Amino acid sequence: MPDMLTISINGSPVLVPQGASVAVALLSHQIFAFRRSIRGEPRGPVCGMGVCFECRVTIDDIPHRLACQTSCAQGMEVQTDAP
Amino acid sequence: MISPTFDVVIAGAGIVGAACAAEFAQAGLRVAVVEPSPIGGGATAAGMGHIVVMDDSEAQFALTHYSQQLWNNLLPSLPDDVQFQRSGTLWIAEDDDEMAEVHRKYAYFTARGVPVEVLDSPSLAQAEPNLSPTLAGGLLNPGDSVLYPPCAARFLLETAQRSHAVLFLANRVQSLSGQSTTLDDGTTLSSAFSINATGTWAPSLTPGWNVRKRKGHLIITDRYPGFVRHQLVELGYLKSAHANQSDSVAFNVQPRPNGQILLGSSRQFGDDSSTIDSAILDRMIARALHFMPSLANLAAIRSWTGFRAATPDKLPLIGPCPENPSLLLATGHEGLGITTSLATARLLADHVLGRTPAIPASPYLPSRSYQEVIHA
Repeated sequence: MPDMLTISINGSPVLVPQGASVAVALLSHQIFAFRRSIRGEPRGPVCGMGVCFECRVTIDDIPHRLACQTSCAQGMEVQTDAP
Repeated sequence: MISPTFDVVIAGAGIVGAACAAEFAQAGLRVAVVEPSPIGGGATAAGMGHIVVMDDSEAQFALTHYSQQLWNNLLPSLPDDVQFQRSGTLWIAEDDDEMAEVHRKYAYFTARGVPVEVLDSPSLAQAEPNLSPTLAGGLLNPGDSVLYPPCAARFLLETAQRSHAVLFLANRVQSLSGQSTTLDDGTTLSSAFSINATGTWAPSLTPGWNVRKRKGHLIITDRYPGFVRHQLVELGYLKSAHANQSDSVAFNVQPRPNGQILLGSSRQFGDDSSTIDSAILDRMIARALHFMPSLANLAAIRSWTGFRAATPDKLPLIGPCPENPSLLLATGHEGLGITTSLATARLLADHVLGRTPAIPASPYLPSRSYQEVIHA
């Protein structure tokens, strides 16, 4: 059993394994729409390696951070579905 | 004698050529436009699309102010993708010296019927919360606006086509003599007038005119709606835009309607390569962070360069060549081509049709610098 961290996803606390990326944390909680396109369509991770920029989320109030390239940290606040 | 096929042949479909096409075609003249590359793909696509009234000379004020009125007249017909937005310009003063300049500009604009507003330091902070709190204040010109230039050029060209203008796309003007225009594919177009609206390329078609490439860099960020509310320009911009020799950078930031932020600006002579100059980009970013420190938290997604068509006296060349009255120049707009395109087109149409222009045309006539040309 890996060490677990608590982060918040859209205001709800969730447990995630230490070392998980934010993208993994979201997907493992059944969140697939990470953000909205300019026309309001849902977008989620495609490449998983920091190239496609489709997985952008707001982390600790900073918008457009790459969920796939950011490791979860204790107390981190993640917001999805931003335009 | 065979009558010419066209009244006017226009070389170049950037914003200036497209504006000329719309103006002449709507006046009932037979217009041809020749463009080798995408519509509005040169300096038009590279620039910010700031419609701004300037005051660094009476002639520049007259042209930019008149042109802004012409844009305002077009507003009801502009399609959505032109993204016209009345964002206003906020000229930023760093210190008391620059506040004195704010008051001078206030008096200048007010005397000429342009409504502007002086902001002190707290009002500036309220208007733009992400600016550094140490700034002295600013001058707001709420009538200025921004748009997306390539779509504006396309719209003007479509307007011309509805009035029967003929486009020769993917084709380049090889020679332009006023009454005869030869294209790369061998086509020859005859006309009463031709217009050289090819921006920085103008001297290659009409040699002898002092139009130089002045390189600029821009950066665009991801979408951060509300982060910036007006087009923000440091007052020191005027000093940098005026320095005709050395490389310079200035804080100039624009909110796009979709929340992206366009960040400029740089000016360089003598570098004709379109590659990004990372040293000047670093200076540009450092200048921006000085005015707006929290820009550091935003993600830039792209940067690019472009070339302004610069003249020695900072005014465009609009009107006939002294030695060839049927060859008209419409170039040298430097960083103001989007703003001044419509007035340029109107002045040229006034000239061709023998109408009295709404503003004096003489400051922009190529003949003003003719002496310099023949002595060069």
